This record gives sequence, structure tokens and C-alpha cells, in this order.
Amino acid sequence: MLKTFRLGGLHPSDNKLSRSNSISECGLPETVFIPLSQHIGAPATACVAKGDKVKVGQLVAKASGFVSSNIHSSVSGTITSVDNLPDAGGIRRPTITIKVEGDEWLEDIDRTDTIIRNCNLDSKQIIEKISSAGIVGMGGATFPTHVKLSIPPDKKAECLIINGVECEPYLTSDHRVMLERGEEFLIGVRILMKAIDVNKAYIGIENNKRDAIDHISGLAANFEGIEVVPLKVRYPQGGEKQLIDAIIRRQVASGALPISVGAVVQNVSTTLAIYEAVQKNKPLFERVVTVTGKNIPTPANLMVRIGTPISFVIDKCGGLPEDTGKIVNGGPMMGRSMSNPDAGVTKGTSGILIFKEKESVRAAATTCIKCAKCVSVCPMGLEPYLLYKLSQRQLLAETEENRVFDCIECGCCSYTCPAALPLLDMIRLSKMEVMRIIRERNLAK
Amino acid sequence: MSLLLFTVLTLCGLGVVAAVILYFVANKFKVYEDPRIDEVEQMLPLANCGGCGFAGCRNFAEALVNNEDIAPLYCPVGGGDMMNNIAGFLGKAAAVKEPQVAVVRCAGSCANRPQTNIFDGVKSCAVEASLYGGETGCTYGCLMKGDCAVSCNFDALHLDPETGLPVVDQEKCTACGACVKACPKNIIELRKRGPKDRRVFVSCVNHDKGGVARKACKVACIACGKCAKICPFEAITVENNLAYIDFNKCKLCRKCPPECPTGAIWAVNFPAPKPKPEIPAAEAVKPTVKKPIKEEASVSAS
Amino acid sequence: MNKKLVIAPSPHIHGSDTTSRLMRDVLIALIPAFAVSVIVFGINSLVITAVAVGACVLFEYIIQKFLLKGPNTIVNLSAVLTGVLLAFNMPPHIPLWIVIIGALVAIGVGKISFGGLGANPFNPALVGRVFLLISFPVQMTTYPSPAPDAMSGATPLAFVKEALKSGRSVSDIMPDLISYQDMFIGFKGGSLGEIAAAALILGFIYLLWRRVITWHIPVVIVLTMGIFSGILHLAAPESYIGPLFHILNGGTLLGAIYMATDYVTSPMVRKGMVIYAIGIGIITILIRVFGAYPEGMSFAILIMNAVVPLLNKYVKPKRFGEVIQN
Repeated sequence: MLKTFRLGGLHPSDNKLSRSNSISECGLPETVFIPLSQHIGAPATACVAKGDKVKVGQLVAKASGFVSSNIHSSVSGTITSVDNLPDAGGIRRPTITIKVEGDEWLEDIDRTDTIIRNCNLDSKQIIEKISSAGIVGMGGATFPTHVKLSIPPDKKAECLIINGVECEPYLTSDHRVMLERGEEFLIGVRILMKAIDVNKAYIGIENNKRDAIDHISGLAANFEGIEVVPLKVRYPQGGEKQLIDAIIRRQVASGALPISVGAVVQNVSTTLAIYEAVQKNKPLFERVVTVTGKNIPTPANLMVRIGTPISFVIDKCGGLPEDTGKIVNGGPMMGRSMSNPDAGVTKGTSGILIFKEKESVRAAATTCIKCAKCVSVCPMGLEPYLLYKLSQRQLLAETEENRVFDCIECGCCSYTCPAALPLLDMIRLSKMEVMRIIRERNLAK
Repeated sequence: MSLLLFTVLTLCGLGVVAAVILYFVANKFKVYEDPRIDEVEQMLPLANCGGCGFAGCRNFAEALVNNEDIAPLYCPVGGGDMMNNIAGFLGKAAAVKEPQVAVVRCAGSCANRPQTNIFDGVKSCAVEASLYGGETGCTYGCLMKGDCAVSCNFDALHLDPETGLPVVDQEKCTACGACVKACPKNIIELRKRGPKDRRVFVSCVNHDKGGVARKACKVACIACGKCAKICPFEAITVENNLAYIDFNKCKLCRKCPPECPTGAIWAVNFPAPKPKPEIPAAEAVKPTVKKPIKEEASVSAS
Repeated sequence: MNKKLVIAPSPHIHGSDTTSRLMRDVLIALIPAFAVSVIVFGINSLVITAVAVGACVLFEYIIQKFLLKGPNTIVNLSAVLTGVLLAFNMPPHIPLWIVIIGALVAIGVGKISFGGLGANPFNPALVGRVFLLISFPVQMTTYPSPAPDAMSGATPLAFVKEALKSGRSVSDIMPDLISYQDMFIGFKGGSLGEIAAAALILGFIYLLWRRVITWHIPVVIVLTMGIFSGILHLAAPESYIGPLFHILNGGTLLGAIYMATDYVTSPMVRKGMVIYAIGIGIITILIRVFGAYPEGMSFAILIMNAVVPLLNKYVKPKRFGEVIQN
């Protein structure tokens, strides 16, 4: 029996169209748009101005607080503007625009292919390097990594868990990273283990990636304390709490952080970025993006510079098909659909997913027949049908009583609902409201 | 016979026992309440709209009775007269406020503001606003999903099927502020009702730069500042690419509406000087109506 | 880019479940039982089912279209299912006009008066059946000999109840009773759909395979009935008949698998389902053994239906983080 998490979950067909396409370079666009807010927390503060010349890897915006992140130029060229530009959702946010001129990297970035195994830095130095390289969680949540690794003094990490689950259908970027950059990735794991001072690391990989499981298991034999854990294919196994439950059988209590059960979770791409930052001095300015969709001529896994217009990336894969209905930033279950494909790729863009017109429109909602499927698939043990009803009536106190704040917005309820009710739409709304009220209440205390 | 007797006696006995229990329980859990709370509550509109900032009329009545200083408390629904009555009854001084009305500050109808994408989620402005900028190029304007209309307890707000925008029925509007809270884009503002309901306001909330705003919507404020220059009372400020008319300073002279190049300044409920030929269909009105039924624009700039 | 993109909150994909697919699966699961009833009762079974389904669909359509002016709800197949279940609860020689009245009550009173599919607190088909049982007790409990080799007269349940009441002991009755094998396959008196235990179980397996229902409600009902009647039987073997008899006869399987599991009227949470099922099991046996009616399944389900809102309110699922940390 393969391990998996214990509550709810489902198995959408995985549609990993690009699973056997190796990572290729996307190439340089003419202009890149680098938003200053690519992470959870305070937006970074720009430290360049219009007309400045920058090189690849140069710091262009500084973290403006602890929970924030540095941003580096992904290209060399001239800053053409630092202004509010529409993001993928059309909302104007501070963005640095750089006109690309050549491809000149900062001298201290190691561009060779040599794999450096030894790391002589101590924990503090590693975290310092990760912080200055502007690394954030690249699975989609974009939480600054150095914050996650700075363990409060009263807590002790017991193990590191690497999220190689990639439970979202379609996406294959982490899968390809594990296959093609396996050794560097494992060195990254060792660096992380050193950073949080643990001697055990688990790499959770779902069983639909047998090749990655075999490959990483083989390599891991040369690394001390790293164990590959094959997992049963089940969505949302990549959720932090679900993954911890699946691998070490501990459940993080409501509102608590993974460190409360002694675990620190990192994503595969993030781990690779950490390797590059620590060993190669390379800040986070490019990432692997899966470009996929049933009508995309050539689904691909591309190495894309941050800020490259999404439309440019799509053009690299044969252009936007005629019958495109929806473009999603991320996976189909939790990704965000976008209205402005000219916005730049961000650190959290794990995939660009294109839906046909037919697939884009939701089925008409009918009435709830109380089939209880939403209750049985909810990985957090909530009652989505009830939260939906309460949210519709704006009964916030009741939604709080029914623990709406535990919702991880995985979308299982909406996915499974035979009446096609927009369960998560409404639940998310009251969750936001309730979270706001709770924050205010805590502040008042 | 004995069966009948037994039944009757048992029931009577049960009744007595229950009555005794009830008596003691009622005594034990008795809560003293100021009788004036009930009376004040009855004087309130009892709409439980929350416009006063309390959960309901009962809570508001409690606050009125219990607080020494009731000046910060105000029921917009009942208005000044009712507040004075209550203050008189309680022997306290009530706040004096000018009557207000909800004003929708967006004229981006389907015709003025072309749709650029399709929203396919639950019909709720809040959901749409939390997701992205909206179905048009203007990320500040009305999302047309009607959260305000749903929030209105007085049936005073409806979406106009033609423009898609909410229209305030000023006869019914009590300025409770529910719609102001419901609107995720902060488009609705409580403004002074004005003499004979006459008001001048900027019907736009777009903070984008002129060119961008104009591209997204024909009737957007482009922050040219002409209105601010012409205003003799310094009532108009242009801040962050948007003009705003302070209703406390505005003397309703109506010099600004003709100045506005995009027609974003509305003067409503004024008698029209003469019928104008070019009136956009969506905002067509009967400008000469003395007692207007609905707040409509007597479109000022032609 | 002139094309308008669609923007929607996540998730952007949807599973294959739809209301009509679920209903269709239940209908498919009922086919074997229907086949057995046609074999045992002949053309009657076909006619009654056709009339019940037709009447249910027609009433739903008429009420929805002309009275409520609401959307057409026929497509979700719930009316068809109600019709089939109603027919399956009818004795084989029932006059057709009674079936039609039953359909009207089931759809009109049982379902639409509460707000239509999803809002009805009681199983519509059972509302129809119980209404008929009370209004037309004679017609509803007359079971003429269905086929030459089937037991004539009353259903096994009614026969046993009568016999026990008249003072005969269980061991005295047993030789007069049909064999358990016949009970299992379906050669006995009874309502159209309830006789074929084997076919009903076949359907149950199909439903489990298609994940339309979970095992909880049917299995717990049957277990509870078995245990409860088993205890009675062990305490006084001569006055109470054994558990197998109770499980194979009457509406036990039809009720447990197809009626008690009705989505709308059963609890949402596993724990609630188990409580609900235990309630049905106990009440059924209580009515069968101590009550006036030989059969108690319909009443038991309806009574427990009434408890469902309470169960939904107070029985909460196991929340994440509350699972024992081991």
C-alpha cells in the first residue's frame, strides 16, 4: 500500500501532456515586465530608475521587510519604466519594464555546468544567501523561503519534506526538474537539511512519476539521510498539510504551521533554485514553466526568464490556438485565469495552461441534491455544501464556527459537485471575510 | 372510570411540576432590562439594516439608552426628526446630520465601457473583485453583478438592465450605507441629498492616467483639472488622477459640468434649461420632472 | 488580442459527475430487480412501472411548467427514479388509478411542495407509498399468487406475523414457509421490486463500483436488523423468527440500498449516516415484531428522514488536525 493523506481527496485525470518533453530554453523577449510583488508579503521596493542599465542577475528591487523578497533583473538592458502596469488579472501594480539588450550576466554568477557538491557555509549563511537571492516558494504559493527556513527559537525541525508531488493535472515542471537536474536538486536538499539542521529528508513523489521515483532513488543512495517516498496519486497531495500527513502521519492543527509537527516543506523547483543560489551565486530570475493544453501544438517545459510576457512564452509553443477560451496561470485546480496575457511570468508561475473554448465555460449550476460528495472529498474535513449555503446568506459567524478558515481552496468540492455549484467561489469569499475579522480581532486583543 | 381519573390526575400533576420548575427557572435567569429600551426600539424604523453600525435596532436602542453621550449615534434611516424625538424622550442631545443619499459614481455602461473578457464565476461583485480587475479595461469601475442591490434592505437599488449599472431610487434610499459596504470597488458614496435633491458629482472613480482611463471608458474622468479651475468655491480637488467634488463646499452653481470633456460630472435633478438633442439613450431622462421619482442624470454636458 | 478570454475562479476543470448521471446509475442498478419482477409477476410489473414513471414525469412536468413556471426539471431523471421506486413498492395487482394517485402524492406533496429536488425532507416515493398504504390498505396489502410455484396469499412477512400472533411457534411455521433459497432469488409474494434479494444486491455492487453511494447506510441497516432480530431470536427462538428471514423478506434490501440512501433525505456525514442507519434498522424490527404492520421499512425510513436535519446540524465530520496524531 502506497502512502497518502487520510481525509478526502480525489483523482482527476492527470493529463500530463508534456511529461516526456525535456526542458528547453524559452529565449529572450524584447521587453520583460517584472512585477515588484511576486511573493506573499510586502512588495519589494525598486532600487533602479528609468534609464539605468542592468545586467542579468542584478538586484532591481529590495525586500521591504522580513516577509518580502528581493527581485533581480532577468535580462540585461535598459530600464524603460518603473510604473504601475496591469498584471495578469488586469490590475495595475508596480512593475519594472526592461528593454532587452544582449545577454550580459553579472560576473560572479557561475555559468559553468560543473556540479558543486560541497557546501561549507553554516545555517545562517545559507539562509542569508537564499534571502538575498530572492527565493520564494515556487509551487505557486510564493511564500518567501528564508522566512520559512528561519525556525523560531522555541521550535525544532525534525525533518525536511520535499514536495515532488505535483498533484495538479497538466503540470510537469517539477517532474522534469527531478529527471534532468536530479543531482543538483539533491545537493539542494542537502543544503536545506543543513540550513534547518535536520538529518532526515523525505522526497514525496506521486506514483504517476515512476521514472522520477526510480531516478531520484538511485541518485539518493549517494546522499546521506534522503529518502524517496512514493505516494498514491491523489489530489491535493501537494498541499503542505496533506503532504505532511501522507509522509510522516502527523496532522498540523488548525491555524498552526508545519513546524509545529517538526516538518519543513519545500518544493522541487525551489530546492533547485536554492542549489543555484548557494553554490552558483545565481539569484532567482528564471524558472521552469510548463506550457500545456489540449489544443497547444507543442506542449513544452521551458526555462523562462522572470518577466517574459506570457504571450511570448505561448508563441514559443506554437502560438495561441484559435479556439482558446481561457489561459490559466498555474494548474487547473488552483491556478488563476488571466485576462492580460501580456503580463510577465512571475516566480510563482509553474505552468501556463490553455483551455479550449469548450472546456472554458462552466456547466450551469443546478440545485444541491445533498449527495455529500463534497463532504467526502474535502481534505480538511469541512462541509462545503453547508459553508456554501452559509456564505450565500452571509452568515459569517456560522461559517467561522464551521471552520471556513481551514479551507485550503483546493477545489475538490467544486470539482466533484454533480450540480456544478460554484462551492469554492462562495466559500473563498466568506473565508476572506472571516480571516479579515479574525485578524482584526487578534489586533484588538 | 379509574383509568380516566388516573389519566386526568397524572396530567394535572405533570402540569403542576412543570409550572413549579418554570417558576424557579424564570426567577433564576431573570435579566433586568431598562424598559426604555423597548420604547426606544419601537420608535426606531425596525429595519435592522445595520446603517447605524450596530447589529440591529435593538442593539442600537440599548446603546441610545445606556450611553451618556449619544451624539456619535445616528440612525440614517429614521433621520433627524426621529433622532430628535428619541433624544427628547431620553433627555439627551442628538446628533444633527444632513440627510444623505447613496450615489453611484460610475457611468461605465456597456455602451461606454467595452467588455474585454468574460467572467464565468458566481454572480457576485465580491468574488469577481477578489479574482481580478473586472470584465472591462477599467479596473476601478462597477462590476455590474449587483452586490449592492442584494445588500439593500429597502428595495432602493436595482441594476438597470440596459446599462448594467445600479440605479438608486432616491425616494426609497435611507442612506443606511449597506450598499457602500457591499461594493468592493467603493463606487457608491453617501452624499448630501441637497436642496430639492439637487446634486453635482463626479460619476467616475478611475484612478488611471487620463489616456488609459479614456481608452477603457468613454465617460471616465481623465483628471484634466478643468473643473477644478473653474470652480469658484474650491470644492473640486483632483488627486491621484481623479476629480472629486466636496459636497459640503459645492454650491451647485453648475459651472463645472459643461467644462468636463468626457461628461463625467453629473448634475442631477436640476430643471433643464432647454431640451437637448444629444442625450445618450442609456441616460435619457425627463429633466423637467419637478419631483423626480428616480435619481437620473439630467445630462449636463452635451 | 480581440478575443474575449474567460475568467473564472479555480478550479477550472470539473469531474464527470452530474445529477442526471447519478440518477441514471441508480436506474441501471435497478434493472436486475426489475427483470426478476417481470419474470415473477409477468406483464403487470411492466405496466405498473410504466404507469408510475409516466405519471411521475407528467406530474413533475405539469407542476413545474404551469403551476410554478419554473425550469424543466425532467432532465435530471429524479422523477423517473421516483416513479420506478414507487412502482417497486406496489403489489403486483394494484389498480392503476391508485398508482397514479400515488405518483401525484409522491411528486406533488412529497417533492415539489417542499421546493423540488434537493429540498424535500422525506423520500418522495415512500411518501407516495405510505399515503397509499394508509388510504387504500386493502388494495395495498393484497398479494395474489404471483406465479404457480410462488407462495400464494400474503407476503412471507405477513404470513409469519399472522401465524405468530395466532399462537403458533416458529418451528411450527417453518415447514409452511418457502425456502430461504426462493426468498433470495425472488419466488415469493411481495411488492414488485422487493422480492429479488439477489438482484438488489447485484445493483448494490454496481452502485458501489460507480461510487454513487457508499456502503455505510445499507450495510449498517442490514447489520442492525440482523443483530436486533438475532438477539430477539436467541432470547426466545420460538416466538421470534431469525435474522436471515428479516433481511431477505419485505422491503429490507430495496429500502436499505435504494430508498434509505436517497441523497436528499440521508445525512451528509459518515457518522450521521451510521446513526441514521442504526435508527432505521431498529425501528423496522420494532414495527415488524411488535407493531401492527407486518412491514416497517417505509415507516422507519420516513421517521429517520425526519431526524436527518438534526444529524446534519450536530454530527460534524472528522476535521483535519483532529485525527489522532500517531
